[in-house]
Amino acid sequence: MSLPMIDPSALLTTHPEAVPRPETLLEVKNLRLAFGGVVAVDGLNMNVHRGEIVSVIGPNGAGKTSAFNCITGFYRPDSGEIAFMGKSIIRTRPSKITRMGMARTFQNLRLFSDMSILDNVRTGAHAHLRQHWFDAFLHTPAYRKTERACEEDARYWLDFVGFTGDTLLYVTQLPYGEQRRVEIARALATNPKLLLLDEPAAGLNHTEKRGLVDLIRRVRDLDIAVVLIEHDMGLVMDISERIIVLNYGKEIADGAPDDIRANPLVIEAYLGAGDDEEPADGADQASADPGQPLPPAPPSLPEASATADRSDGGEARR
Amino acid sequence: MESLKTYFSGQRGVYHGIAIAVVVAVFALPFITIDAYTIQLATQALIYVLLALGLNVVVGYAGLLDLGYVAFYAVGAYTSGILTTRLGWPMWATIPAVVAACVLAGVVIGGPTLRLRSDYLAIVTLGFGEIIRVTAQNLSITGGPSGIFGIPTWSFGSWSFNDGLTVGGLFFNGKILLYYFVAIVVMVLGLIGIPRLANGRLGRAWRAVRDDEDAAEAMGVNTYTTKITAYIIGAVWAGLAGQLNASLITTISPTSFQFLQSALVLMAVVIGGMGSVPGVVLGALFITLAPELLRDVWENRSLMFGILLLAVMLFRPKGLWPATSILPWSRDKHRAKVDTKPAQARAEEV
Ligand SMILES: Nc1ncnc2c1ncn2[C@@H]1O[C@H](COP(=O)(O)OP(=O)(O)OP(=O)(O)O)[C@@H](O)[C@H]1O
Ligand SMILES: [Mg+2]
Repeated sequence: MSLPMIDPSALLTTHPEAVPRPETLLEVKNLRLAFGGVVAVDGLNMNVHRGEIVSVIGPNGAGKTSAFNCITGFYRPDSGEIAFMGKSIIRTRPSKITRMGMARTFQNLRLFSDMSILDNVRTGAHAHLRQHWFDAFLHTPAYRKTERACEEDARYWLDFVGFTGDTLLYVTQLPYGEQRRVEIARALATNPKLLLLDEPAAGLNHTEKRGLVDLIRRVRDLDIAVVLIEHDMGLVMDISERIIVLNYGKEIADGAPDDIRANPLVIEAYLGAGDDEEPADGADQASADPGQPLPPAPPSLPEASATADRSDGGEARR
Repeated sequence: MESLKTYFSGQRGVYHGIAIAVVVAVFALPFITIDAYTIQLATQALIYVLLALGLNVVVGYAGLLDLGYVAFYAVGAYTSGILTTRLGWPMWATIPAVVAACVLAGVVIGGPTLRLRSDYLAIVTLGFGEIIRVTAQNLSITGGPSGIFGIPTWSFGSWSFNDGLTVGGLFFNGKILLYYFVAIVVMVLGLIGIPRLANGRLGRAWRAVRDDEDAAEAMGVNTYTTKITAYIIGAVWAGLAGQLNASLITTISPTSFQFLQSALVLMAVVIGGMGSVPGVVLGALFITLAPELLRDVWENRSLMFGILLLAVMLFRPKGLWPATSILPWSRDKHRAKVDTKPAQARAEEV
């Protein structure tokens, strides 16, 4: 897979390789966010390293989306530290964070409904497209050049995510799975170093899920780290190099898929600790797709510890 | 020939074909009639087209509800009126002042309010429209309630439109020259300029903000600066329309800038089709020409407008010519967006 055939000087304010990438992209420390009495995120710590695929799992209402919203600047956390590429991004506008190289998708698709597919993806290039409105007004050569580069870029990403249809259709004319793809293409068009996907497999059929797994791997191969929230355990276990498990806003485990599978705390969280909740339903009430809500039964490895893996689970792989 | 036929059967071609026909019709009008009333009405209609296209940027592209748009029209008219009558500036020389005054007004009003969610903007702009009118009514420099008289037409050195112009044996009087001048300004600024802006980086950001502010932020679009740019561009367009109108009617007074005017322009945008250039042109022509053409038929034009507005909203909620429409005879018809479900049917959750 080659990089887009575009003239980077026309399109980028900073060439992606001009800024050396630190090994740790994202560092979240002691993040806390409460909505009135509900503590959605309660002292979350997590790191994301360059080029890894991390999954964030947890029962419904565990605070996964809230944590994403804090990290991407949509919610202002009550306390805690978030650093992206070594810089604090607390109180930074979401658009600024995107420009720094963090892109996201939304749990319930949020494409621009009155714009064409191509325009949706072209909007992703907004941040690094150097085009003055006066050039657009006068249709100067600079405008034509930047617009052509932007369109090629958008087509490249649509191609990359495997979209083959008519790019001038409105997004609402597409089936759901295709819309999901376009949303990922749009996020990729922002030229991210870190991509956050909120339940990208929700509502996808089996074939589409396999395509998604392949897509996420190809994204990682472009040296873009991927963090995904997902309820489909099969997919999570298949793709993740590391899994972070949240419950009631706290992370209860952080480690390799096999360790997570065997972790008693995780199993307990998913089984609802035998309370009045129906055990098997914990993970998929709001998810459009049931997937495999439960991790397979633990292969009885009781020594797997939740906290031992956490602090240096990431460093260990390097 | 065949390729030309294919071109004009596509959506772009259809638009271009219509645009060519409109340009020819506008150009030909004075050759059909030089009746002063007709030319005056046509000039006024063109100015409304410019005004509505400016509001379309704010409401149609950026999705900001502005209920006091005519305030900027007043700012433009008064700025040029004061500078020409009191200081004797030629009309063209006041253009920078008009632009500056509108940018300033746009920043003062939009700056604080656009940080808030869009509903507040409607209320603040409504108030702003009234403030401008009441201020004009009470200041002596604006001529108080009676306004400013004797605003000159456009003059360049010693020659002004009123001197007329003879081209190839045909004499064009001042009114016709002003008509052509307005037509050229409207076409360049409104019909060519605004769609070009809307198709570039800035226009995509406007539409993104309109469709989903959070998703736009996630795309690296600073929604605040994007909204304020739309607001200021809308303000400047209205100011220039106000200036053209001042030079056309030569007398301006606070009564020309009432809330009803803002409502009418907004109605032009809404019934035409928000974000749709042909729709908005249709809407603007409708609000200016219909009352004149139907003057004898309908006494009560407010009632008529009310009924028509209701009818359009009921039967064509996205306007007469919606932005997402594809003409049925175009070969791109599969791209027509059929679903009309409310765009805001999304969840509250980010
Ligand atoms: N905007 C909000 N206002 C009030 N409470 C909220 C808001 N957003 C989330 N919450 C609450 O915070 C908690 C965590 O919600 P969140 O959406 O982060 O969970 P989640 O892990 O993403 O769940 P799911 O798997 O269902 O998407 C829930 O109790 C939820 O009701
Ligand atoms: Mg969620």
